[in-house]
Amino acid sequence: MTAADTAVPLLEARALSFQRQDEPVFAPLDFQLHRGELALVEGDNGSGKTTLLRMLAGLLHVGAGELRWRGEPLRRDDCASEILFLGHQLGLKADLSPRENLRVAGGLHGTREGVGAAAVLAGIGLRGYEDEPVRRLSAGQKKRAALARLLLLPATLWLLDEPYANLDRAGIALVNDLLEKHTAAGGAALVTSHGAVSFHGGEPRHIRMHA
Amino acid sequence: MSAPGLAVACATMLRRDLTLAWRRRGDIAMPVLYALIVTTLFPFALGPEDSLLQRIAGGVVLVTVLLAMLLALDAMFASDIEDGSLEQLVLSPQPLALLLGMKILAHWIATALPLIAIAPLMAAMLHLPGAVIPVLLLALLLATPLLSLLGAVLVALTAGTRRSGMLLALMLLPLCVPAVIFAAGAVAAAQQGLPWLAPIAWLAAALALAVVLAPLACAAALRIALDA
Repeated sequence: MTAADTAVPLLEARALSFQRQDEPVFAPLDFQLHRGELALVEGDNGSGKTTLLRMLAGLLHVGAGELRWRGEPLRRDDCASEILFLGHQLGLKADLSPRENLRVAGGLHGTREGVGAAAVLAGIGLRGYEDEPVRRLSAGQKKRAALARLLLLPATLWLLDEPYANLDRAGIALVNDLLEKHTAAGGAALVTSHGAVSFHGGEPRHIRMHA
Repeated sequence: MSAPGLAVACATMLRRDLTLAWRRRGDIAMPVLYALIVTTLFPFALGPEDSLLQRIAGGVVLVTVLLAMLLALDAMFASDIEDGSLEQLVLSPQPLALLLGMKILAHWIATALPLIAIAPLMAAMLHLPGAVIPVLLLALLLATPLLSLLGAVLVALTAGTRRSGMLLALMLLPLCVPAVIFAAGAVAAAQQGLPWLAPIAWLAAALALAVVLAPLACAAALRIALDA
């Protein structure tokens, strides 16, 4: 990471807002996210956390305001391979095994160098379930199978919508650990959560949503 | 750090959808059985008179295959929308139109190819002369992908609406009229010993156009469906 990298924010929002049927979903937001930073998006139910993440990922159009990526106006073609979005819907095919689901994700997004599906699945706590169809896994195991994408795909910015849902204590610790390693390696992450998050790698930035 | 090449992405998509189709092969058998049963109903309804059945055979096989394809069509993107896979496809650093093109190809292989495979049997049940069957197969090989592509655009447009199955049929069937006219025209011409190449060429031209435009339209429609 060079000095220039740290000076220019990875992602910057200026007066960002979104309208649904001419009703603003949330008040205009300004924030910056640098490499190595974690931001927690906080807000009550219906305050627009998911909407914000879907907009940052590129699923929703930007209502008003501006998004900048590495200091330039954001263009989806430039940053698609660097942003990884994990939403409420996990994007897993129920008839495929976790290993096959990962192979699909790797075939479309690419994989980190020197990382294999078997090692990733073992690391995420799915050893022994690699070839079981996803439909037979528990809700928490499905979540873990989806989180395995974080380890396999080469993304700089993670957009995680409720990554802690359905996970047990060990799973929550695992997500915190993943986030810590990712930010230490120069990545950045935006995470939504209703619950309190204990993050050990320094104080996260807070983005407060108001309806 | 660069995204995988187009060939890798296309192969991944095709392999994924064909694996999924194979895991649910019971669903593949359904349209095939439907087409066979509908074809058997015609001799019962119209009487087993050779000359009459011969005259209608080509048209009956075409329309039956079309209706059988319609049964499987509305499932094309439904499961991908439900489980969030479509979001991941949209966000992947690959051209969405190309990925959807591969999905449509996989869908055609899984639903139309089995129907084309039993088409000679259906034609024989209606006493279509053996010499005409290759023309019928050629017409089906060009008309069915055209229907898959047109259907995919409409499925993408109706994505997210409830009871989209009936709406889809109402929208797709009128669009199928030219394809049915040319395909049936080729079979009828071959039956009368006339040149049948012109209608086949028209089908091929329409297919070439659809192969280029339909995936683009699909991609645009699905992006709009997600952006709501």
